[in-house]
Amino acid sequence: MLELKSVRAGYGSFQALFDVSLEVRQGEAVSVIGPNGAGKTTLMRVISGLIRPTAGSIAMEGVDLVATPSYRIVEIGIAHVPESRRLFPRMTVEDNLRMGGFTPAARPKFQERLAVVYELFPRLRERRRQLAGSMSGGEQQMCAIGRALMSEPRLLLLDEPSAGLAPVIVEQVFDLVKRLRAGGLTVLIVEQNVQQVLRVVDRAYLLKAGSIRAAGTAADLLASDTIRQAYLGV
Amino acid sequence: MPVFDLFLLEALINGIFLGGVLALLSLGLNLIFGVIDVVWICYAELIMFGMYGMYFLYTVYHVPIVLAAAVCIIGVGLLGVLLHALVIAPLLGAAPINQLLATGGVLFFLQSAATVLFGVEFKNLGLRLPVLKVAGMFISYSRLLAFAAALIGMVLVYLFLTRTYTGAAIRAIAQDRQIMPLMGVNARRIYLITSALGGALAGLAACLLVLQYDVHPFVGLSFGPITFLICVLGSLGNFGGGFLAAFVFAEIISVGGLYLDLEWGYVFAFAFFIVMMFVRPEGLMAKRS
Amino acid sequence: MTRYLPWIGGAILVALPFVYRSPYPLHILIVILIWSFAYTSWSVMGRFGLVSLGHGGFMGVGAYVTALLWNYQGMSPWLGIPLALLAGGLLAVLVAYPCFRFRITGHYFALVTLALSGIVLQVITATRDYTGGSLGYTPERHQGGSSLWALQFGEKTTWYLIALAVWAAGLYVWYRVERSMLRLALEAISEDEDAAAATGVHVTAEKLKITVLSAAMTALAGALYCQYQMFISPDTVSGISVSLQMVFAVVVGGIYVSLGPTVGAVITILLAEVLRISFGTRAVGWDNLVYGILLVLFIVFLPKGILGSLLDWHRRSRWTSS
Repeated sequence: MLELKSVRAGYGSFQALFDVSLEVRQGEAVSVIGPNGAGKTTLMRVISGLIRPTAGSIAMEGVDLVATPSYRIVEIGIAHVPESRRLFPRMTVEDNLRMGGFTPAARPKFQERLAVVYELFPRLRERRRQLAGSMSGGEQQMCAIGRALMSEPRLLLLDEPSAGLAPVIVEQVFDLVKRLRAGGLTVLIVEQNVQQVLRVVDRAYLLKAGSIRAAGTAADLLASDTIRQAYLGV
Repeated sequence: MPVFDLFLLEALINGIFLGGVLALLSLGLNLIFGVIDVVWICYAELIMFGMYGMYFLYTVYHVPIVLAAAVCIIGVGLLGVLLHALVIAPLLGAAPINQLLATGGVLFFLQSAATVLFGVEFKNLGLRLPVLKVAGMFISYSRLLAFAAALIGMVLVYLFLTRTYTGAAIRAIAQDRQIMPLMGVNARRIYLITSALGGALAGLAACLLVLQYDVHPFVGLSFGPITFLICVLGSLGNFGGGFLAAFVFAEIISVGGLYLDLEWGYVFAFAFFIVMMFVRPEGLMAKRS
Repeated sequence: MTRYLPWIGGAILVALPFVYRSPYPLHILIVILIWSFAYTSWSVMGRFGLVSLGHGGFMGVGAYVTALLWNYQGMSPWLGIPLALLAGGLLAVLVAYPCFRFRITGHYFALVTLALSGIVLQVITATRDYTGGSLGYTPERHQGGSSLWALQFGEKTTWYLIALAVWAAGLYVWYRVERSMLRLALEAISEDEDAAAATGVHVTAEKLKITVLSAAMTALAGALYCQYQMFISPDTVSGISVSLQMVFAVVVGGIYVSLGPTVGAVITILLAEVLRISFGTRAVGWDNLVYGILLVLFIVFLPKGILGSLLDWHRRSRWTSS
C-alpha cells in the first residue's frame, strides 16, 4: 500500500533520513522504532507531506506522493496524528473533529464519522463542547486520533502516541490500535516505547541516525539483541 | 444642571455608536493579524479608498446607495486580496519588520495615489440624513445606522467563523499553521480568503464612515492610529479585547471631544493608552498574545 | 590609500561651499545633510530591531519646542534647543518605558510609536491658537535674519557648515555606539531578550538608553530644520508620513551601514527635487507615490538596502576571488 524507496530528507543543510526504504501492506500494522533523534518524526512528516524529500520516492497504492501537494495527501487516504497531538487548543473538541473532516469528500459524511468517533471515544462525546487545550493528555490523544479518523483514512500514521502519557493511558492507546486494526485499518506507528508497540504490530523497522538498521516481524525483533544494542549501544 | 447632564448623556450615546464602527475596524485588523500574523498598517488607507469609491458611485454617478455599498465592500475586499498576493505573500517568511514596512510603503502609495487621482480637497457624500430628537438629545441617524450596520457585520463575521468549514479553518490556522495540510487545508487559499474578509470589513467601515465624515487622501490618519491603539490595548489578535477597547476609546474620544476640541479626544485616548500600559500591561482582556 | 579616503572626502565637503557658491545646490546639500542626520538618528535604534514608526513625533517636538520658546519666551535657541532635546527625550521615556518594561516589542512597539507620531500631530493641530495648527508656524526673524544669538543665518555657507558638522557628529555617535558595550547588549537583546536578561543585561535600561539617544538626536534634527527653513508645519516635520519617510530612506540606503541613511537621504531628496522640477505643482503626491512603490519593491527584493546590498555583494565577491 505504502512504499518508500531510498528516501532522503532533512531540514535545510541538516540531513535526517538517509536512503530509507520501507513498505506497509494493506491491513498491516507496522512500527518504526528507534532511539531519540533517529529521524522517526521526520519520516512521518515526509510521508504526510509536511516536509518534502530531497531524493527517493514515496507512493501510496501507486500514487506518487512526492508530486502531490501536501494538503491533498489526506484526500488520498493518509491521516497523520502528529507528535504531541497538535490539537487546536482554543477550539472545541467537536470543532477539532470537524477540522479532521475538512476535505470535500469527508464533509457529507461528517455526522456519520462523528458517530463512529464518539462510539470509539465516549469521553469525547461528553466533552464535545470543551476547549481542546483544557483536556488531559490522554483525552487529547483520543481527540487527536479521533480527528484523524474523521477523514475515513485507509492508512493511519501515529507519531509517538504514548509520549507524555501515564502508563494506564498508554495501555488504552495501544488497545485502541488493536481495535482499529481489527476494523481493517492499516497503521504505521512510530514509537520509542518498544515493548508496548511490538505487541500490537505485525512488523517493525529499526531506525537509527536516519537509516534503517533492521527489519522483521515483531516477534523476531522482540527476541533479538539488535534492539537492545541500538538503544543502549551495548 | 439637567441640561449639562443631557449633553454628557448624548456624548456617551454617540460614543457607543462610534464604538461600534471602531470595533468593526479593529475586528478587521485583528482578523488579519490573528490569522496571517501581519499588521496592515495601511488598513485605514484601504478604508479611505472605499470612501472615495462610495463618493464616486453615489454622488458622481448616482448609483443607488445600497448597490454602491455592495460594490464598495466587494471592491475593497478585492483590494485586500491584491494586497496580500502582491505584497504580503512574498514576505511571509521575512522578518516581521519587513512586513510592517512593506504595508507602510503601501500606505504611502495609497495616500499619494489618492492625492494624484482625486486631489486634496475634502469631498462629501452629500447625503443628508435626518437627526433624531430623542428625549431632548440629538442623535444623528447616520450614527445610528452605522452602529446597526457594524453590529450586523460583526454578527455575520462571527457566524461565518463559527458555522462554516472555511471559518473553522481560519480559526484553526491562527492556532497552528503548520499542521493545516494534514487537515487538507490549503493555507494559501485561507490567507487569501481572510484577506478578502479583512478588506470587505474595511469596505463596510468605509460605507459607514462616509455617511458622517468627508473624505480626503489623509482621512486615514484620523482613525488609523486609534485603531492600532485599540488593537494593541485589546491585545493584537484578541477579538474580545479589541471589541471592549473599541468602546472604551470611543467613549473617551466622544466625551473628551465634548469639553474640548475633537483632537484633544484623541490625545486623551492616547494618554489613557499609556496609563493602561502601566496599569494592565497585558491588555484589557489579559490574554497574552 | 583607502585609510585617507574619509579625510579627503571630508576635506572636499568642508571646502565645497567656498569653491562652489551657487545657493540652490547648497540649499539642497543642506537639506540633505539635515535629513541625513535625522535618518541616521533613527537608524541608531532601528538597527537593533527597535523599529519606531513614530520618529516624526520627536522631530516635531524638537522643531516646535524650539520655535515656540523663541517666539513666546524670547529664549535663544542656544537654550531652546537643549530644552527641545530634553522634551524629546522625556517623550521617548514616557512612551518607551512602559513598552519596554512590559515587553511590548515588534509589531506592538511599531504600532504604538506610529500612534505616537499621529498624536503629536494632533496635539500640534489642536493647539492651533499657539502653534498655527496645520497652517504652519514661523519663528520670528531677529536682526534681519542673521544673528548668532537667535541661531539664524542668512548665509547659506554658514548653514552648510553647521549642517555638515551636525551630520558628522551624528556619524560619530553612530560609530561610538557601534564600538560600545551598549551595542553588544542591544544585539544580544534583539536576538533573545530572555537570554540576555539571564546574563545580567538590564534589558529595559539599555533599550531606553538607545531610544532616548535616538529621540534626542531626531529632536535636534527637527530644531535645526526649523532654524534653517524658518517655517515648520505639522506634516513636514511630524506625523506618520515623516516617520515612514525616515524608515523608507534608511531601508533604501542600508540600515546596518553608517552611511546608509545618508545614501537614503540623497536618493529620496534628489528624487523629490527631480519630480518637483519636472512636474511642477502637479508633482504633489507623485514623489510619495514613487516612494511607496519603491519601498515595497525594496523590502521585497533588497531588504538590506542599496548600500547594504552593495557592500554584501562586494564582500562576497572578495571571498570568492581569494
